[in-house]
Amino acid sequence: MLDFMEKIKIAEAVSAFTDWITDTFSFLFNPIKNQLGNFMDWFSDKLAAIPPIIVILIVVIAAFFISGKRVGLPIFSLIGLWLIYNQELWEELMFTFALVLVASILAVIIGVPFGILMSKSRTAESIITPILDFMQTMPAFVYLIPAVAFFGIGMVPGIFASVIFATPPTVRFTNLGIRQVSKELVEASDAFGSTGSQKLFKVELPMAKRTIMAGINQTVMLSLSMVVIASMIGSPGLGREVLSALQRAQVGPGFVAGIGIVILAIIIDRFTQNLNTEKKK
Amino acid sequence: MPVIKVEGLSKIFGKNINQAKKLLDKGTTKDEILKQTGCTVGVNRASFEVEEGEVFVIMGLSGSGKSTLVRLLNRLIEPTEGSVLVDGEDLAKVDKQTLRKVRREKMSMVFQKFALFPHRTILENAGFGLEIQGLEKNEQTKKAKESLELVGLGDYINQYPEQLSGGMQQRVGLARALANDPEVLLMDEAFSALDPLIRKDMQDELLDLQANMKKTIIFITHDLDEALRIGDRIALMKDGSIVQIGSPEEILVNPANDYVEKFVEDVDRSKVLTAEHIMKRPETINIEKHGPRVALERMKDEGISSIYVTDGKRNLKGYVTADDASDARKNEIRDLNEILRTDVPTVKKDTSMNDIFEVIYDSPIPIAVVEDGKLFGIIVRGAVIAALAGEGEVKLSNA
Ligand SMILES: Nc1ncnc2c1ncn2[C@@H]1O[C@H](COP(=O)(O)OP(=O)(O)OP(=O)(O)O)[C@@H](O)[C@H]1O
Ligand SMILES: [Mg+2]
Repeated sequence: MLDFMEKIKIAEAVSAFTDWITDTFSFLFNPIKNQLGNFMDWFSDKLAAIPPIIVILIVVIAAFFISGKRVGLPIFSLIGLWLIYNQELWEELMFTFALVLVASILAVIIGVPFGILMSKSRTAESIITPILDFMQTMPAFVYLIPAVAFFGIGMVPGIFASVIFATPPTVRFTNLGIRQVSKELVEASDAFGSTGSQKLFKVELPMAKRTIMAGINQTVMLSLSMVVIASMIGSPGLGREVLSALQRAQVGPGFVAGIGIVILAIIIDRFTQNLNTEKKK
Repeated sequence: MPVIKVEGLSKIFGKNINQAKKLLDKGTTKDEILKQTGCTVGVNRASFEVEEGEVFVIMGLSGSGKSTLVRLLNRLIEPTEGSVLVDGEDLAKVDKQTLRKVRREKMSMVFQKFALFPHRTILENAGFGLEIQGLEKNEQTKKAKESLELVGLGDYINQYPEQLSGGMQQRVGLARALANDPEVLLMDEAFSALDPLIRKDMQDELLDLQANMKKTIIFITHDLDEALRIGDRIALMKDGSIVQIGSPEEILVNPANDYVEKFVEDVDRSKVLTAEHIMKRPETINIEKHGPRVALERMKDEGISSIYVTDGKRNLKGYVTADDASDARKNEIRDLNEILRTDVPTVKKDTSMNDIFEVIYDSPIPIAVVEDGKLFGIIVRGAVIAALAGEGEVKLSNA
């Protein structure tokens, strides 16, 4: 009954389309791959070259001030980072961190303007919302395939996949934050003769800041999770340790690398959250 | 020349605006139009003029279109038709840039729920309009400070809005509006969110400011007491239309139609009948500072024949008459005490209208409203008569 038509060639069509994009836009992808690749190599090498003790000290001191001079986060950071160092995963940690940092920054740079656009125009909102839904419901590792097609293997496709996967919360929360600004405040700003950009920068963005920061926090966490998955396509770092342990069925090393990821995740999460609450006053 | 001249100004909310307009021309009611077209008539062909230095009150029940009307004046809401002439320029037609300029320089707004920016300090809030104008930073700070001092908040400049009480927050709102030195202040139920005592203070303060700065004020309220206290003229709205414009006395004595009459009765029957509600701010002179000469000047300026005398703390000392003061000046008398009369007719704030009437009946001077020795206001005969005329029925039942 159901076989009245032969199988529709969706998979083939998508492959063909990806090939076409890869060929047509190689003039764009290749420079990105090379430039960003070089930058990432340089950046992660530099990070890894800083003596661990200095990095740990900086993090602990920053944690102390960011968490409002409480000792919980600094102590956790101190022990956690020392443990990773002790397990000889320091270099991997630095690679992972470099990837997360760059991917998050790119995601925020892309996400905030789109969020603003969405908040200002109903049309933009109705176009972008389904795209965001699509981006977020797609299983994360599906992004690895076009990423490899466009950029080969290594750090760059990892960043590409992370940015796509991690941008939606920033866009959504920016939109939400601006739309939540009370009507009276928007009116007040208009009534005093603000231009569109004065209103945006003096009223809407400052008022939406906490919401936007919550979105950025999610973006950072998502890009961390993606960076781990991206080890499948050759991104170096803690994820690769987990992956190789998995492939060789070594429970112990896999567990240790996993713990490393958790420690990094907690530190990053608390940092971005506290940055948000600290500015509350 | 009027500062603001509004002609045939309408706002219809909804989609079938043309259809609604036609029905409106035929005289169909607001409810009927909503039923037939789904459009809400916000404001229906309002026309009025506001003179320079006038306090023009727009009053009406909830949903009568007051907020819509005031927002049409600075075009926070786009008019459906009609014109708003500000200094002869039709705001309904100007381009965005001109509109911004008018909003920056000529009209400022004070909001019901204050609408202060929570992320800015009091000083930064007060300076917001100046910042938008692109004024240089030092100038901004200086003007914002002056404006805050004017409303008595000079000491709070580094606080944040949430740290202040409601009354203080609205003072900031007022300071923010005044900092621009606008010609016109638009105040949409600016005092409605405040509790009654603070509200009275703010009304007094607004009148004080008005006396000094001579701003043109368009003040929205749904409260007749407030309208009577501060309005030079009152416009009464119903279902988007203005049903009567007149001085407080006119509104009370000659209600234009049943609606106005009902409004005047319902809202105020019991309240208008005490001294507090019909008293005016007194013209006074300070016995510690002033002599007969100043007293005479002041009476001349105000066109009155007697003036109340207080000390620096508003304690009532007595009054002097123009004749005595003028004699004193001829005879080179410097001390007010020499001509001070103390046979003051007084009532308390909650003295009823009938009792006031008895006192004022044979008093040659306005009577003083005094509580704990302090002078709160004066009542002139006209106010009593006007109030009684508007409330004739009540007078009979109380007599
Ligand atoms: N944005 C809008 N869309 C549709 N209808 C509106 C809109 N704003 C106001 N209205 C309608 O216009 C009419 C006048 O409303 P407005 O807010 O001006 O009344 P108001 O006199 O200020 O009332 P209140 O005392 O409650 O503030 C009401 O019927 C209201 O429902
Ligand atoms: Mg209103």
